[in-house]
Amino acid sequence: MADKSSSNAYWAANVRIILISLVIWFTCSFGFGILLRPMLSGISVGGTDLGFWFAQQGSILVFLVLIFFYAWKMGKIDAEHGVDE
Amino acid sequence: MDQFTLNIIVVGATFALYFGIAIWARAGSTAEFYAAGQGVHPVLNGMATGADWMSAASFISMAGIISFGGYDTSAYLMGWTGGYVLLAMLLAPYLRKFGKFTVPEFIGDRFYSPTARLVAVVCLIVASVTYVIGQMTGVGVAFSRFLEVEVSTGLFIGAAVVFFYAVLGGMKGITYTQVAQYVVLITAYTIPAVFISLQLTGQFLPPIGLFSEHTASGMPLLAKLDQIVQELGFNAYTGHTDTTLNMFLFTMSLMIGTAGLPHVIVRFFTVPKVSDARSSAGWALVFIALLYTVAPALGAMGRLNITDTMWPEGTAGEALSLEAIQTEPDLAWMKNWELTGLLAFEDKNGDGKIQYYNDKSTNEAFNATVAEKGWAGNELTVNNDIMVLANPEIANLPSWVIALIAAGGLAAALSTAAGLLLAISSAISHDLIKGQLNPNISEKGELLAARISMSVAIVVATYLGLNPPGFAAQTVALAFGLAASSIFPALMMGIFSKRINNSGAVAGMLAVCW
Repeated sequence: MADKSSSNAYWAANVRIILISLVIWFTCSFGFGILLRPMLSGISVGGTDLGFWFAQQGSILVFLVLIFFYAWKMGKIDAEHGVDE
Repeated sequence: MDQFTLNIIVVGATFALYFGIAIWARAGSTAEFYAAGQGVHPVLNGMATGADWMSAASFISMAGIISFGGYDTSAYLMGWTGGYVLLAMLLAPYLRKFGKFTVPEFIGDRFYSPTARLVAVVCLIVASVTYVIGQMTGVGVAFSRFLEVEVSTGLFIGAAVVFFYAVLGGMKGITYTQVAQYVVLITAYTIPAVFISLQLTGQFLPPIGLFSEHTASGMPLLAKLDQIVQELGFNAYTGHTDTTLNMFLFTMSLMIGTAGLPHVIVRFFTVPKVSDARSSAGWALVFIALLYTVAPALGAMGRLNITDTMWPEGTAGEALSLEAIQTEPDLAWMKNWELTGLLAFEDKNGDGKIQYYNDKSTNEAFNATVAEKGWAGNELTVNNDIMVLANPEIANLPSWVIALIAAGGLAAALSTAAGLLLAISSAISHDLIKGQLNPNISEKGELLAARISMSVAIVVATYLGLNPPGFAAQTVALAFGLAASSIFPALMMGIFSKRINNSGAVAGMLAVCW
């Protein structure tokens, strides 16, 4: 790492991207799959409602997208701060 | 050729493959023994993590649990996959960056404290040993079921197979056998699911089939399932019966537990770079999701199949007759599985039919109809495991598919047991022997110590598998609890908090272990 301010900025960028991802992680699983399911009961998906789909399929797909998005974004941040290998 | 011979051939072929890999991937150094020389491709590591993570319970029991629990059991699906998001963002890359071989080593160095390292070793061993007991029992049960041997004989065969490739190859041998085991288990899991999805909905992909139209009735599959299970007095499949708070907390503890399991974390020490650790967690979830998105489809479709079989004229008509079970070739699986005790039927009211319904229903109107029809209690009991084990027979699939299920179940059990044994043995040889007892041990000496620790760990795990301690029924849950509450917080605070010091970490881990 170059210097202390760059290293702080790198860490702040890392933490920011994690926080955004975890908000989405929480909303799609605990939110749509469990807590908000009654609110989504009006939206029907294949004989049941959207909440059921999120609980058994959607949340897993969102987790996948999140991890690859995080890996890609961190790769870019690594390069910007010169910490890529 | 009979089914038994075919099972032996398919299982034997997969074992020959594992042995071949073991000889090819011998470990020549401690770096190879503990972390496969940090040269595993991230996609292959993802596959190995999938096999490491998915145990006999995931393979054999999960679809059945979902099948009879419906929406409420979604906690397993979200919990056991959502933990990988935490692992990818909060743990894996930083631990890989540190470049060490074991979880206790990271904790010891991060908190500048040999005591913290020692406490972490204890937490790791307690969590992994409790977990491995369940896996060893699973290996024994899988062998006994598929190869018709005693559970104890099955356990010895399984332990011998793991002994061969784990002692010889360490992490390197285990990684590449796990890749092969993943391929075997996912093939075995998805083939029957695809056939069943095609039969019921005409859809090739089971996760799509789950939300499609049920060809026979013209209704959406889940709506049809909800309807018939409710007509039999059960809770609606898609209904929410458990309390919201309970489901929320259960999902949360499964997620954090997943992220804190040491045998999963060490898999991320094996990739070449930090960025590989991030993408490898994504690949691991890809391979896990292949099974975890198919399982709920298998569960719902299996439940519909079994209910339809028991009520061939619909729930309002006559139930399946005992005579049909004895004579119809399509129903031969019921007789076969009755022998194993996983399926039981008994004509309690002596009407020559087997009524399958919920005799513990609290619905007054339903109970009144039951009394009127003269039913004397539910006459069919089904073990959860039937959904995966008997699926190929229920769906009339060829016998090689049944043999594949046998190989898949064994692959799932062996791969998880091997991963756990490695986590235990490296904690002993690297953290205890090299870290505490004899820091000047030579590279060669440490490799030998690692192999001896592995052998001892296998012997102890085999013994515990044969004589499970009283708490064994709860072992996996206990291991998750320990991982979630001791290892995960210590690692996360170590990475993200500047203020935590060694006494805090030690106290935190100790509080849980005691």
